[in-house]
Parts: sequence; structure tokens; C-alpha cells
Amino acid sequence: MATAAFETPKLKEYPVIPLIKVGATSHLKPFVAGEAIQKNLGFPGELVEDWQAKAIAKMGELLGKYRSLQVYMDACVHCGACSDKCHYFLGTQDPKNMPVARQDLLRRVYRRYFTFAGKYFPWLVGAQDLTREVLDEWYSYYHQCSECRRCSVFCPYGIDTAEVTMAAREIMDSIGMGQKYANEIIGKVHRIGNNLGIPGPALEDTLQGLEEDTKDDTGVDVRFPLDVKGAEVLLVTPSADFFSEPHVDSLIGYAKVFHAAGVSWTLSSKASEAGNFGMFIGNYEQLRKIALRIREAALELGVKRIVVGECGHAWRVAYSFWNTLVGIGAGGKDPFAIELQRQLDQRYKQPMHICEFTYDLIQRGALQFDKEKNDKRIITFHDSCNVARASRMGDFAGGQFVIPREIIKAVANNFHDMAPETIHESTFCCGGGGGLLTDDLLELRVKGALPRMEALKNVVDEYNVNFMATICAICKAQFTKVLPQYGFDMSMVGGVHQLVSTAIRLGDK
Amino acid sequence: MSALSLFYAVLFYFATAVLVLGLARKILQYARTPAPLKIAVTPAPITPAGVPWRLAREVVFFESLFRSSKWTWLFGWLFHAALLLVLLRHVRYFQEPVWTVITLIQPFGTYAGFAMVAGLAGLWARRFLVDRVRYISTPSDHLMLALLIAIGLTGLGMRFVRHADIIAVKTFMLGLLRLDIQPLPGDPVLLVHLGLVALLMIIFPISKLLHAPGLFFSPTRNMADNPREARHVAAWAAALDK
Repeated sequence: MATAAFETPKLKEYPVIPLIKVGATSHLKPFVAGEAIQKNLGFPGELVEDWQAKAIAKMGELLGKYRSLQVYMDACVHCGACSDKCHYFLGTQDPKNMPVARQDLLRRVYRRYFTFAGKYFPWLVGAQDLTREVLDEWYSYYHQCSECRRCSVFCPYGIDTAEVTMAAREIMDSIGMGQKYANEIIGKVHRIGNNLGIPGPALEDTLQGLEEDTKDDTGVDVRFPLDVKGAEVLLVTPSADFFSEPHVDSLIGYAKVFHAAGVSWTLSSKASEAGNFGMFIGNYEQLRKIALRIREAALELGVKRIVVGECGHAWRVAYSFWNTLVGIGAGGKDPFAIELQRQLDQRYKQPMHICEFTYDLIQRGALQFDKEKNDKRIITFHDSCNVARASRMGDFAGGQFVIPREIIKAVANNFHDMAPETIHESTFCCGGGGGLLTDDLLELRVKGALPRMEALKNVVDEYNVNFMATICAICKAQFTKVLPQYGFDMSMVGGVHQLVSTAIRLGDK
Repeated sequence: MSALSLFYAVLFYFATAVLVLGLARKILQYARTPAPLKIAVTPAPITPAGVPWRLAREVVFFESLFRSSKWTWLFGWLFHAALLLVLLRHVRYFQEPVWTVITLIQPFGTYAGFAMVAGLAGLWARRFLVDRVRYISTPSDHLMLALLIAIGLTGLGMRFVRHADIIAVKTFMLGLLRLDIQPLPGDPVLLVHLGLVALLMIIFPISKLLHAPGLFFSPTRNMADNPREARHVAAWAAALDK
């Protein structure tokens, strides 16, 4: 096992900015992808011969393709505004986990090869040759960033470390130094259709099992349809919703909402995954290729609406990128986009988050709840980073904060927010996002959860909170694993639609 | 005309050319580089019309910095606001007659010199006192502050300690604008002040001072949060749809 023993940080009553501890997590790095995994995605199987020249050429290519990277390499003034904003720095004290220092790993090389000052006065501006040591540091520290974008909220120029991390991972993939966890999953999506590698027949079995379970629980025939042509709604949800706890309880919740609203819906065995790890590795072609499955499934099934389940980064890709990548949305005037727009019902937002879907029904009075069924729960809400900072819900600014909370308040009586500096766009990452939800990074995941755990402890102590709702599959899996490390019960975490599922009236009982 | 006057005249023509052409080159580069994905960061405006307002708040008030660090904001904003007043005060060296607004601003510009140096001193102190900021500081970060402080102190020195012959300086500057080089006084403090200003102009387009144009091109700040309503496709990405 790659994970050596480590100490879980102590929870403090007030957040304290720690002193730096140089090299504290320089030993952490995820497993490198093997040859087969790499070649599956069209990347070199191992570190290529002339990797240095290739890496610099790739950096030059990306600088020309992404304005974000070009501007962010130049604009940083080392003011330090971001230096205490990263959960991984707060949890590990390693100064290279300060966003500015993480960016500098790439920026030093950028300066050396692409700027006048770095070419002629490298010592002055901290420019650095791309050596094997630097590459190893890249591999280590660009896999200690969850691309959560908290630093970007606080940067006076909006410098987004996620963009830098994505570029670094893209460069490393291109020279044969990919990450096993993320690249293996992308291979599974292409081969089988989802991140967990659940083949169609197994998925069918699972859904049948869920129908039986739900019937036993409620006495109602709630359907979990798969590949139904002509359904109104295509639901695209993270594959963890089919198999993992507590994820599956939210899937049951979505099904009950569709049932109670009388809206026909279907899952797709082809697009049985909302997640898109192409984003995590910063590869546009992969991002697009994975998103194309959704487009194809929607066209084949002839659905009118596309709804996305509880998944943070998937919602970022769906909300912010799908229209760009595959034309799911409005406003496209090219044949590629028009083909899909003609089929989708443009009276609705495309794509739509399941929370927007449920909230609209609640607003229209189409759903009824027995709120007291959730009374044993005292609930708080963890904003997932990709929903909070990289996407939105509804048609007003901040809808991604209001809508899930309004759903919770509609289905439960006890709700308390965590401290204001730890929620909304200032939310702390769960510690497992951005392609780091792997056991070879367990130490990082536990330590990175520290700021969220401290905020949680405060509401536990003050209001006896015993349930942290969230709308992200990675958050749910990560918290299930790390909550016990901090002395909490792992079943404290669950989905918003898990709460909906508990309280919703199915009507035809 | 003395060799000194000629040297400074050439220096300022060169510095101006580097500043203008260098910045134009970078701005063109930023403008031409595509931004293929919508990556606005919350709280983003939901219409394109809201973007100028968001950028204006960043430029005028340093809104994001205010949220992140009150000390850095205080020193940084103080420095930049004071620098603006000081620069406006210096406009009088380049025009005849002088605009009324520039005349009115003179006393504020004078004392802004102190605020500017105080702000810079605060920013520099952070580079020594805060261990995180100390860790990320490079020699150029320190030298940049030293340069700005030296410009400020020499300027204040000529205003409050030993006056330079500003009439002659103005004649020299107006001469530069008309390509008619006039004698520059040989006051050493003045020569240091002007030399450092020229140096600052020269390094502007090749240093972190690019944060000034950079902010306007930062996609997390200058994009509207409307990806579902408007399809956004860069040219190289659109080619993939073919």
C-alpha cells in the first residue's frame, strides 16, 4: 500500500492559518498510469525519450490555445492573497500547496523558456530549467490540487489554479506521465459507458432491484426506466448513484420525484455516467469525446429534456461546457448545435439540474411532503466547489446556493448553515475532488478535509447537526471515508434528494 | 546641448517605445489567444452587460483582494490610488497651458507621495514578516518594491528637501514632445528619479506589471455566466464539430 501511516490533524475551534512546513507532503503522489491505460487514451505509454523538449513544446501549444493560461502565467504579482485559501495548504502546511506556489511550479518553467526576463535573468525572477526534479514536483503537487477554484475567487486578477493544474496534467499526459486513477476511469467510460465500469445488464439488474426495494418500502410502483425511447426526460447521473451508499438514496429520490410529477423519464446505458474526468486531466478532446455520448444518447432516445443528477464536476461540465462541447443548450447557430436544439424542448433550460427540476415542481405546488419524516435529522448543507464556483442553477445569480437549500427547507424542519466564510462561493472542497478520490492519496484527502471538518464541528457542537447534505458524488464518497477519521459517523453525509426521498408523498398509495 | 540631455532624451524615447510597443504586443497576444471554455468564477454577472461593472469594481476597489486579505488590500489600494494622484500631478510637466483639473489636483498629488511610499513600505514589510509571503517572494519582487520606493523618495526629496529646477524640467519634457531637445538640469536626485522612471517603463511589459492589462483579459473575471443561453465556441474547438 502506498499510504504510509499519518496523523489526522486536530480540529481547532477557530480556523488558524498555519505556519509553513517545507516539504510536508512532497512524498505524496498518486500511482503513475501504466502503458495500457495511457495508450487507451492515445497518450504515450511511458515517459518519452525527449520528454523535456516535448513538454516545452506542449506548453507553448497550450499557451496559444488557452488565454487563461497565457494571462495567468504573466499576471501573478506574488501578493499572497491566495496563500491561505487552499484547503490542502491549510491541512498539510506544505507551502507548495499555496495556490501561488503551485502555479509557480509551472510559471518558473514558463519564464525560463518563454519570457525575456527568464531567459536572460533567471535568478532574478525565479525562472527554472525543466529538469527531472521539476517534473517530479509537477507530478506530486499538480496531483495535490482538486481544481476547486477557491483561490480564484480571492485572487485580485482571478488567476485560476485549476486552469494551471489542468495544463500541467495535460503536459504530463502528453509525455507519458499520466495519473492511473483518472486515466483508468476515462478508459472505462469509453469502453463500458461509465466510471464504475458497470455493464448494461448489471445496470438493468440493479435498477430492477431498486424498483423492488422501493416497492417494499413504499408500496408504490416507482419505475427506474433504462433506454426508453420517446421518454420526456433523459436523466444523466454519476454512476456512483447506482451502486454506492449513500448515493443510491438520492437516485431513489429522483425516481420518486419523476413518479410524483408524472413525468416520463429514462436512464441510458450508453450515457450511464454524468461524470467527465476529461476535465480533471485538462484534455479538451477527452472532455468533448465523453460529452458526445450524452448527445448521442439524447438523439437516439429522442428525449425532450436532459436532466443531470447530483454530481459537482459533472454539473460544471454540463452547465458550463456542454453547450460549447456538444451543443446541449441554446443560442447555437451552426448545424451541429441546431440538430439537437430542434429536438430538445427549448421552453426548459437545457441541461437542467435535478435540483432545478425538483425546485420548479415545489414552486408550482406539484409535490407534497411530510416534512416531519425528516425530523430526526438536523441538517447542514455542504456547497460542492464545482457547483458553487463554476456553475449556477435557476435564472438568477446565486441560484446554486438558494435552490438546494430551499429544497431542504421544503422537505425538512431542521436546517442550519455552516459559517459564512465556509459556504457559498467561499466553500471548502471536500478534499477528494479533481481526480484525487483514490486511496493512494488518502493522507492528502484526510488532511485536505480539515477546513470543512472544522466548520462542520462548529455546527455539530452548536446545533447538534447530524446530517450534512451535498449534491456531489465525489463529496459523498470522500466524506464517507474521512468523516470517521475526524470522529464523526460516516452516515452523516447524504444527498439532497435522499432527504426528498424520505419526505415525498407518492400520492397513489 | 549637453551629452547628459541627449542621453536622457534618447533614454526616454527608448523607454516610451518599449513601454508602448511591448504593452501593445502583449495586449494583442492576450486578445488573439482564444478562450475555448466558459470559466467565469462566482459571483459572475449573468449577462454580458454586467461584465464591465464587475471589472470596474476590481480595477477601482480591488474587490477580490478586499475579500481575501485586508492588510494587503489596505497597502495595495493605498499605493495604487496614491500612484494615480501622483501621476496626474505629473501631467503638468507635459502640457502648456495646464488643465484646471490638473492644477486643482496638485496639493493632493503632493501628499499622495507619502501615502504611496507608506503603502509600498507596508507591502514590502509583508514580504519579510508573513512567512507564506516570504516563501513566495523572488529577488525581482523585492527589487520592484525597492525601485518604486526609490522613485517615490527621490520625488518627495525634490519636493520637500532640495527643490529641483522644475521649470527647466518642464522645458525639457515639452521639448521631448516636440522632438526639440532642451537642456536638462544636472541635479543628481532628479537624474536618479528620471532614470528609475525610465527603467520602470522599460521593465513594465516584461515583468509582473503585466497584471494591469492581464486583469482585463482574465476569463474568470471578464466572462458572463450565461453558457446555457449562448453557445460559446473558439475557432480551434469549432473545427472539431465539422
